[in-house]
Amino acid sequence: MYLLVTHPLAAADTLAPALPLTLRVNGQAYSLPLAPWTTLLDALREHLHLTGTKKGCDHGQCGACTVLIDGVRINSCLSLAVLHEGHAIQTVEGLGSEQQLHPLQQAFIDHDAFQCGYCTPGQLCSVQGLLHEGHARTAADVRELMSGNLCRCGAYKGILAAVLEVAGKELGISS
Amino acid sequence: MSFVPLPVAKQALLAGFAAPAAAPTIILAQPLRMTTITGTLLNAATTLAGKAMKLTPDLQPDPLLHADKFVSQPYPRVDGRLKVTGSARYSAEFPVDGLTYAALVHSPIAKGKITALDTAAAEAVPGVLAVMTYLNAPRLQTPSYAYVVSMANPLAGSTTTLPIMQSAAITWNGQPVAVVVAETLALAQYAASLVHVRYEVETPRLTLAHHQDQAFKPDHVVLLPADVTKGDAEAALPLAPVRVDNLYTTPYLNHNAMEPHATTAKWDAAGRLTVYDSTQYPVGVQEALMEVFDLKTSEVRVITEFVGGAFGGKVAMWQNTPLAAAAARLVGRPVQLSLARASVNYLVGGRTTTEQRVALGATADGQLTAVIHSGYSMCTPDVYAEQFSVMARHQYAAPNIHSFQRVVELDRVQNSFMRAPGETPGSFALESAMDELAYALKMDPLALRRRNEPVRDPTEDTPFSSRHLLECYDQGARFFGWDPARPAPGTTQRGEWLVGTGVAGCYYPVQPLPATVRARLTPAGDVTVFTSSVEMGVGAATIQTQHIAERFGVAFERAHYVQGDTDLPQWRAMGGSAATASVGAAIRAAADKLTDELFKLAQADKDSPLHKAERGAVALRTGGLYLTSDPTTGVAYADLLAGQDKPFFEVEGSSPPPTEGAKYSMSSYGVHFCEVGVHADTREVRVRRFVTVMDCGRIVNPKTARSQIQGGIVMGLGMALMEESAYDERTGRLMNPDLGEYHVPVQADLPALDVHFLNLPDPHMTLGVKPVGEIGIVGSAAALANAVYHATGIRVRDLPITADKLL
Ligand code: FES
Ligand code: FES
Repeated sequence: MYLLVTHPLAAADTLAPALPLTLRVNGQAYSLPLAPWTTLLDALREHLHLTGTKKGCDHGQCGACTVLIDGVRINSCLSLAVLHEGHAIQTVEGLGSEQQLHPLQQAFIDHDAFQCGYCTPGQLCSVQGLLHEGHARTAADVRELMSGNLCRCGAYKGILAAVLEVAGKELGISS
Repeated sequence: MSFVPLPVAKQALLAGFAAPAAAPTIILAQPLRMTTITGTLLNAATTLAGKAMKLTPDLQPDPLLHADKFVSQPYPRVDGRLKVTGSARYSAEFPVDGLTYAALVHSPIAKGKITALDTAAAEAVPGVLAVMTYLNAPRLQTPSYAYVVSMANPLAGSTTTLPIMQSAAITWNGQPVAVVVAETLALAQYAASLVHVRYEVETPRLTLAHHQDQAFKPDHVVLLPADVTKGDAEAALPLAPVRVDNLYTTPYLNHNAMEPHATTAKWDAAGRLTVYDSTQYPVGVQEALMEVFDLKTSEVRVITEFVGGAFGGKVAMWQNTPLAAAAARLVGRPVQLSLARASVNYLVGGRTTTEQRVALGATADGQLTAVIHSGYSMCTPDVYAEQFSVMARHQYAAPNIHSFQRVVELDRVQNSFMRAPGETPGSFALESAMDELAYALKMDPLALRRRNEPVRDPTEDTPFSSRHLLECYDQGARFFGWDPARPAPGTTQRGEWLVGTGVAGCYYPVQPLPATVRARLTPAGDVTVFTSSVEMGVGAATIQTQHIAERFGVAFERAHYVQGDTDLPQWRAMGGSAATASVGAAIRAAADKLTDELFKLAQADKDSPLHKAERGAVALRTGGLYLTSDPTTGVAYADLLAGQDKPFFEVEGSSPPPTEGAKYSMSSYGVHFCEVGVHADTREVRVRRFVTVMDCGRIVNPKTARSQIQGGIVMGLGMALMEESAYDERTGRLMNPDLGEYHVPVQADLPALDVHFLNLPDPHMTLGVKPVGEIGIVGSAAALANAVYHATGIRVRDLPITADKLL
């Protein structure tokens, strides 16, 4: 199914032509015209209204905007939306729903792996990317490889416990 | 003792609590204009209020002091599902039709004025709707009250009294000089880069060091006296057989909450303003916007569903909020101003740099004879003097104590509150000094602290409402494996790592704030409590839901807590670690009122099993009103409400005046033990573990409370090892306004954290709770610095402890 998102910003496009673009996010295809300089993060948040993905810095310094591109985690603020036509983009909204949580989401709740919750979507996507990469062998690896996702609330202990609970099974990591 | 400070009485008086009945003459019907109150007047009023409060009888202890059906249980967060699915809405995430986006241009000079503005290039960018500067901004009233000066004044919702884009004057480097509004954020940001501004530069005052000769005594330090003297510490110090006397410095720090300050502002056709704002204080923002835009209460609504971290950085309104609203008025469309990370740190002031002196004198066996804690911090014309010397007034017994502070006015962004303001930098100095004294005495630092544990408050001479610090020391030492006869500093090496241990105490005072809630009961037995407080991650919604279930005797699923909207009953700024107790006290009051009302209904009904009961013999229990002596005799809510012709029953409750604070010294206490490794060659510091034991009264939810303490320790680790806002001393420019250069702790920095609570109720508090949110950071940097000293033999008195300071 296609959802057509009409560009509300026709005036803006005289600076450079908006490009018609189709983005596949969480299995759903969205067609929209988009200025070529639009970051993937702004496309998600402001154009598709998928605000689960957060902006903490817009500079690749915090990880709040982490999403998965064909399973690989990236900072969506550092990438342009036009580069991702044809890719499978996954955001936190595609991980699980309130009714049906992904085990990782459940583990985050169980281990109180967040306080304000603002870094949480990025943390969750980052963990998925980490599992996909398959490099983590120890808890210390997990800590190193999750260090691109800042949490100013300092919920790192809960995050680590949640990751180890889920990744422990998948990657054979002991805590 | 020359003057007895009565902090809680003062706060009560100024915070707009009703004055106690015994002191009708000091009811302050009109909010105070703090800037005109001298310290003397303040102190006189306080003493009066304090005396009156001392005469009032103690409040009845809360019957739920030991309740444990819902309270004290580790419930998962009620908003957990929303947060892990990305459905929790923060202030830049409300869908609004026709939304436009704004970006800021900041002044690169600290002092002077704008002489020329060229906005043509920016305005020419297709998609740009307006470039707002002082020349075309709507006329905005300047806020009359600064929250940082008069935090107790309910009209002080703005952080500062600075004009908001109304003139050419520049008063800090980073001041917004233009707001560019465009159809997209990228266009707004691009166009902002095309705005050209010329300035006439004056010489600014930028550092404490250069302007210390102009230091002055502030009227108060966060509503407490700037100067407290007991005995004569200056005379006693030189007579002490053992003494330490050193200077400690802490750098300027920025909150850097993960959610940048965001505002979505829209005006409707009738001229009403709705603002989605990331603030700790929706009612304050509403009040400030009413003044700035000359609107009535009914014309401004502030909605804050979730806040993505705040740590004091969102306590009151900063300029971003009125600028967004003004821009929305200018372009005639809704505006979202979600600050760029750098804009946050240019516009929102953080924690002041401090220069502190701590001098301690003791007898040869470690009894303190003199405590002096003094020093300097920055301020602006809205004098906010961070109260770093206050912990020394309450933590240790000594016959001679002198705690006093001075401020230096600088041309910098308004300094403000950051997690445990005062106690955080102050505890670094005081608890480092205690460690130094222990070494000078050749004494175990823990034994030194035990030796000086006071029986009554050292400067106020009041009894403690509850203080179990010795128990914290004992438990902590046991859990940590503290060795009272540790090897000498710099002598323990394991492999490439020098290993050391350190200890530091912590303290955070009870600061009651006035709160009102509305409680609604439905015949089905659902209880909903409404308040304008916000959820910024502390777990307020979760613990109050537990409280509601316990207080009204309903199942957890039937207890509801609705917050974050100025259309709901008033609550002050979410801060001061005060919410659990203050909102809790209002909920308790509402429950009492509901009991009264339901009791009347029961009495009026001849067939009711409670028809003849006494008011004092009934309570809200398991879904209705029941005899406390016989919980099976009573009436269910459904039956009580059956005859009523309304769909629900509503009562309001307000927290009572905090009279206990005048009679008791009320605080949370605790201790941190820390182990570090310092690399022998590179001098990299790795924190291995923290063991922390807290006396924070009764813990409503051990899960969320533990997270709060852990988060505080992580932030304290950042303060100790890496955080520093670097300002260019020539221009006043913040050189690291981003997260690439301002380092905060990451997952790899995480030590093992082992946090314990004594969980002993304070008999004078609702539910027996004491502050939790901020005490975790207090003392943590000192424990770490003390461990670094033990590992290396190098005492660093200037934070952060970077490798170069350990060479
Ligand atoms: S918003 Fe992308 S890394 Fe911070
Ligand atoms: S939960 Fe608040 S930043 Fe991580």
